[in-house]
Amino acid sequence: MVQTAATLSQTESPARRQTRRGLAGVWLEFLGSMNLAITLLVVVSIASVIGTVLPQNQAYTEYLIQFGPFWFEVFRLLNLYDVYSAWWFLAIMGFLVLSTGVCISRHIPSVWREITRYRTHVREQSLMALSQKRRWRLAEGPDDAENVAAAALQGHGFRTRTERRGDAVIVAGMKGAATRMGYVLTHVAVVVIALGALADGNIGLKIREMTGNLAVETRDLPLSQVPGDSWLPAGSGSFRGNVTIPEQSNSGVVFLQLRDGYVVQELPFEIVVEDFRIDHYPNGMPRSYESDLVLHDPALDEPIRQTISVNHPLTHRGHTIYQASFTDGGTQLDLTGHILDGSGQTLPIDGRVFEDMRLQLGGVERVLEINDFQLFNVNRDPRSVERTGARDEFVNVGPSFNYSLRDEAGQAREFHTYMAPVEIEERWYYLHGMRTDASQPFRYLHIPADENASMDTFMAFHQALHQRDRVRRAGQRAADAVLAQMGVANPDLASRVAGTTDDMVATLVEAGLGAVNARLEARLADASRPEMLRQFSQAVLQRTLFELYRESLATRRGVSPDQLQIGADEQAFFEDAVNAVSGVADYGAPIIFEIDHFNHRQATGLQITKAPGKNVVYAGSAMLVAGLFMLFYVSQRRVWAMVRPGEGGGSELIMAGVNQRSPEAFEQEFETIANAVDGQIGRPDAGSARTEDQ
Amino acid sequence: MVASREQMIRQMRQPSLWQRLGVLDWAWAALVVAATAGTYIVLGEVMNGYEVVITAFTAATMIGLGWHWPASRGYMIAVCGLSLFAISRYPDLAAAEADFFLKYLLSSQSAIMWMSALFPAATLAYGAALFTGNDFMGRLGSRFTWLAAGAGLIGLLVRWHETHLYEGGIGYIPVSNLYEVFVLFGVITALIYLYYESAYRARTMGFFVSLVIAASVGFLLWYHFDRQAYQIEPLVPALQSYWMKIHVPTNFIGYGCFAIAAMLGVAYLIRARVADDSPWAARLPTLKQIDDVSYRAIALGFAFFTVATILGALWAAEAWGAYWSWDPKETWALIVWLNYAGWLHMRFTKGLRGKPMAWWAIIGLFVTTFAFLGVNMFLSGLHSYGEL
Ligand code: HEM
Repeated sequence: MVQTAATLSQTESPARRQTRRGLAGVWLEFLGSMNLAITLLVVVSIASVIGTVLPQNQAYTEYLIQFGPFWFEVFRLLNLYDVYSAWWFLAIMGFLVLSTGVCISRHIPSVWREITRYRTHVREQSLMALSQKRRWRLAEGPDDAENVAAAALQGHGFRTRTERRGDAVIVAGMKGAATRMGYVLTHVAVVVIALGALADGNIGLKIREMTGNLAVETRDLPLSQVPGDSWLPAGSGSFRGNVTIPEQSNSGVVFLQLRDGYVVQELPFEIVVEDFRIDHYPNGMPRSYESDLVLHDPALDEPIRQTISVNHPLTHRGHTIYQASFTDGGTQLDLTGHILDGSGQTLPIDGRVFEDMRLQLGGVERVLEINDFQLFNVNRDPRSVERTGARDEFVNVGPSFNYSLRDEAGQAREFHTYMAPVEIEERWYYLHGMRTDASQPFRYLHIPADENASMDTFMAFHQALHQRDRVRRAGQRAADAVLAQMGVANPDLASRVAGTTDDMVATLVEAGLGAVNARLEARLADASRPEMLRQFSQAVLQRTLFELYRESLATRRGVSPDQLQIGADEQAFFEDAVNAVSGVADYGAPIIFEIDHFNHRQATGLQITKAPGKNVVYAGSAMLVAGLFMLFYVSQRRVWAMVRPGEGGGSELIMAGVNQRSPEAFEQEFETIANAVDGQIGRPDAGSARTEDQ
Repeated sequence: MVASREQMIRQMRQPSLWQRLGVLDWAWAALVVAATAGTYIVLGEVMNGYEVVITAFTAATMIGLGWHWPASRGYMIAVCGLSLFAISRYPDLAAAEADFFLKYLLSSQSAIMWMSALFPAATLAYGAALFTGNDFMGRLGSRFTWLAAGAGLIGLLVRWHETHLYEGGIGYIPVSNLYEVFVLFGVITALIYLYYESAYRARTMGFFVSLVIAASVGFLLWYHFDRQAYQIEPLVPALQSYWMKIHVPTNFIGYGCFAIAAMLGVAYLIRARVADDSPWAARLPTLKQIDDVSYRAIALGFAFFTVATILGALWAAEAWGAYWSWDPKETWALIVWLNYAGWLHMRFTKGLRGKPMAWWAIIGLFVTTFAFLGVNMFLSGLHSYGEL
């Protein structure tokens, strides 16, 4: 029964009709076969996974580190670093598209027949084999019966055709042929989308490369030095490239990333970036990135001025310009370098982000590389969390910059320095971050800011610690005072202690508090009363440092040390300053910077694309959606009515129908059609009809 | 035989869609049009052209949905009414704590918590119906599901209002992060299920479908309490687009359908093991029913997922500079899509039914879940939301 249904609703496949097929025929059948289609769908899925698991298009050196030389090479040969343009991936995709194409072309004749043919050649037997059928013996004549049947079908939206065969009349009706069109649309759409995408892919570049017209440049060169065979002229097909343009600067090219290098694509116009802006939310998150562009195109009388932002690109002559990223565009920085050798010297520096500079520091040459500048640093305000429990209060702690210092051996440390002091637990500090390894977070040196919000008091203190005789005098005073406090008068001891204190201060400056304690412990090891000596030494050191601090502070305030009022603030400053001195020893740089002035300049990162296949892909997508809804929500139904003359001028009517898509819904529909027929000829007053189900 | 063929055709003609519509249908349409016009009067100034089109399209969808599925009208009226009521009591964020209705019922947090309680309650009720065969429990399950879907949608709508109360104009449609879309997932899956429940007049599928929703609620609660994910944070620039308003919900219709199909796959495998004369057979959905609803769910899901992916491509073309960049999320969308295309071919052209298809639908949900969650968790890419 199912067999019959299928033969009624679907013509035989063309392949079956061909009894002798050539090799081409075998191929076509293979390509258009369902098994291949499903296999390919699954294979493409699995192949796609690779590209999502393995990060794509990264620097080759990273892969090399990750996989080692052997696997790096294997993966490279398999093109796994750019799976989606690998020959094998494109080949599978190509197969899928080819297979879909063959499938459509093989089905089109049968789809055409399905849509246009009424199939009036049916026999009673095959009708009775369908799942929905009904038979009437009527008193009315065949003409009336035919009329009623045709009217019932038309009334239910069927298109009908009537044909007389022998003494029988057949009314063949059909409805919902759109579902067949849905099949064609969906599958043609797949091919169309694939072709459009192909036009936008980088096949063109690959062909140029293979024919020797294009060489990928892997060196980082100024534009003017990039050799001619790495250039692509304007108007040479689809591309997708990036370019970084500083404010008040311009570009007429973009760079196309290709494997481990790039090529330069010329543009038919020039882009000037007037301004780049980042707008922020109150919590410091970026709200928008915007660039004011001016496009100079020789074909235009007036340049185009437009502001682009994320989600709002500019399209001109098939080129679309997107806001993609941003970096510093060479911010100018006026810095003061405080040299930390105790000389109190400063070094004025005019630097620029991305510029390198050679510095002679203590007879050693170092390269200062300024890497970045941030105008804002917005942090969660810890006080507001305490105060209100709110998570959404923020403070902007102002600008900062990043730099590294490279020594002659090429070793570098990275630094991150803020322009303004930052408040931490109600005290203010200049923060100087340092790290030796880019994978680690910065560790920050906290230099206390004085009442003028400057580092000067600390610097004076730090400098004083380097002046041996001052330190020695302070040590002497401290030792005397501590001994006096303890009620011991022992000038010899005092001077011995002062001597070791001198040593401890030098250790502190050079190696930090940890080293001071280590030295002290070593000395205590063979002392007779270590505990007392430890306390004593520490008290003297503490007092020495404090004396020195008091002196520096008094000098700065222009008063004599005795007149100086030491309050809680000064005390706290002193403790911070000692910690900072110790921190400086770990800081690993002979210089510490202060930003005096900056001239902020940013650069916008634009992505520029030309995708001539885009509209083809969109058209294909529209077809796909239309096709899918037709496939799923329209179903094709055929209903036949067969009328034959019956006894005594009456007639016999058979109606039968089929719908493979949704049999349940069709059962109901058939029911209403049959009832409609009943309603016309089986009316009680007519009394003429005898209905037989089945 | 008196009538001419034309007369007969006229008598037998099936009423067209327009003719079948009754007074109530037109009243519904009028209500939606009036509400939309009201919205436009109040908010028209801040909407751009695309948003006007989206609003009009939403109104048309609501009218169509109400005509096709009358039970949804009450739902839509209740949700909109209560959301408006909540918004009217919401001059500023502090009201969420001060106002009785907001605090206990209608602030987005309370509503979402109600949803999180009601969905598991629905699962329990459906479960009780399944294990005891008690019909009342089934009806209760249905009620709970309606209420939970209502609470969830109110939660989202009110949250939309709340985003606009934050300082600095961060207002956005709350379908922008993992927390919000989990609520959306629950609501949409529940509504699609309820549609099939009423179309098939059968509550026997309820337990299976509500199980997957309850699981997503479990995740939501973990995300809420462990990660404080309910916090409203401003949108990154890439997400500030009207495309989000259509791309995300369309996607979730797809995900919801696939989830339903997978759970029906589970039901199928269980039902296939149960003897026809056991009492369980009557309480479980029939194989034919499962088969049918699975197909319908996957077809609906596939169609919407296709639309969503295309919308995503259109958006990507505007935000990232290419309609397709093989970003992991995009690629996984393709994988999901190809997977269900394979399923549909198997069923339609090879006529495969039964257990293999049930298994395929279940595996499909794992693939879909990876595309939805796994990609955000394990792979990096351009998609800028939903990191865990
Ligand atoms: C990426 C490739 C393809 C996609 C996305 C795709 C998609 C679809 C979809 C969604 C359906 C509807 C299923 C249903 O009616 O429920 C379908 C049906 C069908 N597909 Fe494909 N297809 C693809 C490739 C192919 C290929 C290569 C063939 C050739 C063997 C093929 C043959 C068919 C046939 C014969 C139908 C049934 C049409 C009908 O029942 O009217 N498809 N396809």
